[in-house]
Amino acid sequence: MSGLSIQNLSMRFDLPDGGAVQALQDVSLDLKAGELLSVLGPSGCGKTTLLNIVAGFLAPTDGKMILNGHEINGPDAERGMVFQQGALFEWMSVRENVGFGPSMKGMPKRDKAEIVDHLLDVVGLQDFKEKAVYELSGGMQQRVALARCLANDPDVILMDEPLGALDALTREKMQSLVLKLWKETGKTIILITHSVEEALLLGERLLVMAPRPGRIHKEYRLPFAEMGVDADLREVKKHPEFAERREEILGMIWDMEEEIMGRTEAAT
Amino acid sequence: MIPFLIYVAIFVVAFFAVRAIAAGAARNDYGSLKTVTFGDESAVTPSRAASVISILTIFLLWGMFTGSSLLPRFLHAPGPYEGTGTFEYTAQAGNERDSATVTVLVHPIDVPTDAPDVASGDGWAKDDAVAIGMWRSGLLRVDRNDEIGRGDGAEIIEINGEKIQPGGSVDVGWATVTLTDKGTPNIQPDKGWQMEPIWLPSPEAVVKRVGEIASAGFRGSTLWEHLGYSLFRVVVGFFFGALVGIPLGYAMGLSNWFRGWFDPIVEFMRPVPPLALIPLVIIWAGIGETGKIILLFLAALWIMAIAARSGVSGVKISKVHAAYSLGASKSQIMRHVIVPNSLPEIFTGARVAMGVCWGTVVAAELVAAEQGAGMMIMVASKFQNTDIVIMGIILIGIIGFGIDMLMRYAEKLLVPWKGKG
Repeated sequence: MSGLSIQNLSMRFDLPDGGAVQALQDVSLDLKAGELLSVLGPSGCGKTTLLNIVAGFLAPTDGKMILNGHEINGPDAERGMVFQQGALFEWMSVRENVGFGPSMKGMPKRDKAEIVDHLLDVVGLQDFKEKAVYELSGGMQQRVALARCLANDPDVILMDEPLGALDALTREKMQSLVLKLWKETGKTIILITHSVEEALLLGERLLVMAPRPGRIHKEYRLPFAEMGVDADLREVKKHPEFAERREEILGMIWDMEEEIMGRTEAAT
Repeated sequence: MIPFLIYVAIFVVAFFAVRAIAAGAARNDYGSLKTVTFGDESAVTPSRAASVISILTIFLLWGMFTGSSLLPRFLHAPGPYEGTGTFEYTAQAGNERDSATVTVLVHPIDVPTDAPDVASGDGWAKDDAVAIGMWRSGLLRVDRNDEIGRGDGAEIIEINGEKIQPGGSVDVGWATVTLTDKGTPNIQPDKGWQMEPIWLPSPEAVVKRVGEIASAGFRGSTLWEHLGYSLFRVVVGFFFGALVGIPLGYAMGLSNWFRGWFDPIVEFMRPVPPLALIPLVIIWAGIGETGKIILLFLAALWIMAIAARSGVSGVKISKVHAAYSLGASKSQIMRHVIVPNSLPEIFTGARVAMGVCWGTVVAAELVAAEQGAGMMIMVASKFQNTDIVIMGIILIGIIGFGIDMLMRYAEKLLVPWKGKG
C-alpha cells in the first residue's frame, strides 16, 4: 500500500474567451516508495499542472490519487515541495526557514534545533545558520529550500525545476546533492525539469510528456541515477547509453515542438 | 530680480570653483574610471559640496537682503537711507523768488521720532522739517509756514536748483522729491535693496522670535504646545486610520466579497484630496479636536487600506504554496507569511500617510483651530507678524522632514527584507 498511485487523472478548464483547455488527459502512474521520477516535456505539456495536482494546489476534474492508502485532497505536510526560486521566507533567517515545518507542527524547540542542525550539516550551510536568506547565493538558497522541505520529513518530495535558475557549475553540484539526499533519505521524489540531461541524471524513471492534451508519451527506466550516487556525474554523462538516450529524447521533443508549430501555422 | 541673479552667479561660480578643487584631488574609485557618465544614472551622485553651498547661499541671500547682523557689513545689500538729509526748494510768487531748506529725519519705523527743530531762516519762504520712517514716503506742505503760501500764488519752481513742474521729480542724492499735481513735494528717501522686515525679517529676528514664543507663547499656548497639538492630531488620526485601514486592506486582499464591496469606495475616496473634506468635516464635527482627528483618520485610512491590500496581493504564490505544503494552517500562513510579506508595503504606505496627514493637519488648522502650527502662522499673517510666519513654515518643514526620516529609520530597523524577496 505504500507509494503513490495516480489513476486516470484528467484536468480540463474553461477559458474566459469561451474555449477550453485539456491540460491533462488520462494520466496514470504508480510510484513505489523511494522511487526517483523525473518528468520532461515541451512547454505546455502539463508537467507543472501534474505536480500542482499531486501537491494538492489544484483539483483534477477526473481521476484520483492515492498516497500510502489514502486519497490526496489538498496540500499537506506529507507532500513537500521545492520551488524554482523565491519561495523562501526572506523575513526569516536560514535557521528559521529550515525549521518552519517543525514550528508549524508545534515541535518542541530542542527537537527542532536538532533537526535543523542536522539538515544544515547535510546541505553544508552550518556556517550560514543565522544569515538572512537574501544574503545567500542562488545555489545556497536552493540548499535551504531542500533542507526546509526535508525538515518536515515528507513522504513525497515534489520538485518544480528546482535547479532551473542556477548557473551550470552550481547546477551540477546541486544535482549530486539531490542524488545523495535521495539515497540517504529514501524519499519518493518527483522532479520536473526542462533539461534532458538533468532528467536522465536524476530519474530512475523518466516520463516524457506530450502537449495538447497533456499526456504521458513515453516512459524509461534508467540506470544513471543509481550510477550517479557514488560516481562523478561527468563520468555518468560519458556513458554510451546516456548519449544515445539523450539524442533519442531530444529528437522526440523536437518532433513535438515541430508538430505544435505546424498546428499553429495551419490554424492561422 | 537682483537676488535671483546673485543666486545664479553663486551657482555658476561655485560649480567651477568646486570642480577646479576636485580636479586637484584625483580620486581613483570605480565611478571615477567610468568614461560614460552622461545618461548613466548610477554615475550621478549628489555633490556634497553643492548641497552645503546651496544651503549656505540661501541663508547668505536672506541675510544680505535683510541687513542681517550675522553678516559682516560689506556683504549687506545697500540698505534704505537712514539719518538726516536736506534739500532746498525755491518758490516763486509773481516776480518774487525765495529759497528755503527742508530737513528730513529718516528714522527706523519702529522708533517713533518727532521732526527735528529748525530755525525758520530768512526771507518769506521759511525752512521746514519733517520725520519720515525708513521705506516710507511723506508729503510736506512746505508753503504752510511761508509768508506767501500756495493760496497767495506761490509755487515751487526749483528743487536744489533744478527746474521742476507739478508731476516731475528731482533726485536730491539721498531721496527723490516728486511734486504732486497740486505742487506739494512728496519725499521718498532711498529704499535701497534690502527687504522691509514686514515682508522678510532677518534670520536673527526669526530666531529671536522662536525664543520668545517658545517661552512666552502665542495666543495662549507656547510654541511647543502649538506644535504638540498638531503632532498629536496627526499621530491619533494616523493611528486610527491604520487601525481600520490595515485590516480593511487585508480583507480586500484575501476575499472576493470584501474586494468587490470596498473597491468602489476606496478607489473613489483615494483621489479625493483630504483638504476637500475640511468643509464637510467642520459642518459635521465642528472645529474642535474631533473634527481634525476625523479628517486625518480619513486621510490615512484609504492610503493604509490600499497599501495593505497591495501588500497582500504582492505575496508570491510560491511562498504560500510552500507554507501550505510545510503543513501551515490558514492562521499560521496569515501570521508567518502574509503579514511579514506585506509589512514593507505597509511601511511605505505609512510614510506616505504620515506625510499627507501632516500636510492636511496644517491646512485644517489654517482654516480653523484654537491651537496648532497652522493656526499660529495664519493668525500671525493677519497681524503681519512675518517673522512668526516664516518661523512656523520652517518648523513645519523640519517636523515633516523629521517624521519622514523617523519612518525610514523604523522601516530599515523593522523590515530589513524590504525589496529582497
